[in-house]
Amino acid sequence: MHAINRSDVEDFLFNEADLLDQWRLPEWLTLFTENAKYEVPCTDLPADASSETNLFYIADDRVRLGERVKRLMKRTAHAEFPHSKTSRMVGNVRIRSRNDDEMEVSCVFQTLRTKDGTTDLYFGTSNYRLTTNTESFRIREKRCLLASEGLRPHGRISIVL
Amino acid sequence: MSIVAGSQEYSIRANWKLLTENSIDGYHAATTHATYFDILMSSTDNLASGMGGGFGYDLGNGHAVLEYGAPWGRPVAQWIPGWGEAGKSEIGRLYNNLLERHGKERADRIALKNRNLFIFPNLVVNDIMALTVRTYFPLAPDYMIINAWALAPNDETAWARKYRLNNFLEFLGPGGFATPDDAEALEHCQRGFENSKEALWNDISKGMGKDKPSHNDELQMRAFWTQWNRQMFPAPISSIKGVAA
Repeated sequence: MHAINRSDVEDFLFNEADLLDQWRLPEWLTLFTENAKYEVPCTDLPADASSETNLFYIADDRVRLGERVKRLMKRTAHAEFPHSKTSRMVGNVRIRSRNDDEMEVSCVFQTLRTKDGTTDLYFGTSNYRLTTNTESFRIREKRCLLASEGLRPHGRISIVL
Repeated sequence: MSIVAGSQEYSIRANWKLLTENSIDGYHAATTHATYFDILMSSTDNLASGMGGGFGYDLGNGHAVLEYGAPWGRPVAQWIPGWGEAGKSEIGRLYNNLLERHGKERADRIALKNRNLFIFPNLVVNDIMALTVRTYFPLAPDYMIINAWALAPNDETAWARKYRLNNFLEFLGPGGFATPDDAEALEHCQRGFENSKEALWNDISKGMGKDKPSHNDELQMRAFWTQWNRQMFPAPISSIKGVAA
């Protein structure tokens, strides 16, 4: 691999957003490592809060993330069947730190979701830990920090942020 | 007991009274939460036995509770295979503690039974796969805001706290595998009720006339609606003319 620069990271994140917008969730899941975490803390918690001692909105290990994907692909996942339409904007991508096999990356996200005549906006910052010793990046950790006050008016995170 | 840090602050685009019904309805889970039960099947082997009997109780003044067997793991204190051997010994310790303090009958009730408790008009304390406290307020006829928290014993171990929160998030809250589908269902109900010229009534007569209504009857909903009706539409004061004079 050549020296990793920001546009490599951007390509990876843009591709991730595209997979999610296209509802290619099983493919999206392969971006994660076997011990990966996907977390969305409640908005009244500090950014580095632990999901083992604090109540989050979402605190998935890799097994539960797999269950989330399976669930969202089912007709019986009523909140997302038929699937909502989404449009994800990823920006302000920055490499925060790097070591031998991993880098920390942050970006801002704005995700629009439309269903049944209602459009909602989810926005905030995502912090990633990405492996760099693999053929392509893999996600070890993805933590989405919502910048909204709670989850109003959308009321739910039935999509993946 | 304490509230765990982290507040789930969300909303549903439906009338607030629908969340009262949803919080204490003993029969919607199998269909509304089919995807959750799919997952539960792989982490538990007591689903069939657990979803058995239970009863609803009218506590007076609009308050109500239902108590019924738990098909899922409970942090106090029902182990499921998905929690492994470490979980088995921890849950066993918690159960033995209950046994010592309360005797078998009460210990089993605490450990193995769910309780969905409704405190009129807008407070819910559900002791289910975790312990949640939830309150909700209408901001418009078709929009409510909801605050929800996890309640937990102060002295539980790190393992127990972690698994409690893990169990909470599998089902509960706006990012869980169940609550988003509740919200979807209530929003669809709201749309239906907006056609109230066609259907003026919502039938909640299930279990009426039974000596002991079961948890999936509708006694608890009638307790709520009867009190709501009493307070919203009190009987006219017959001597109002005299008072005014």
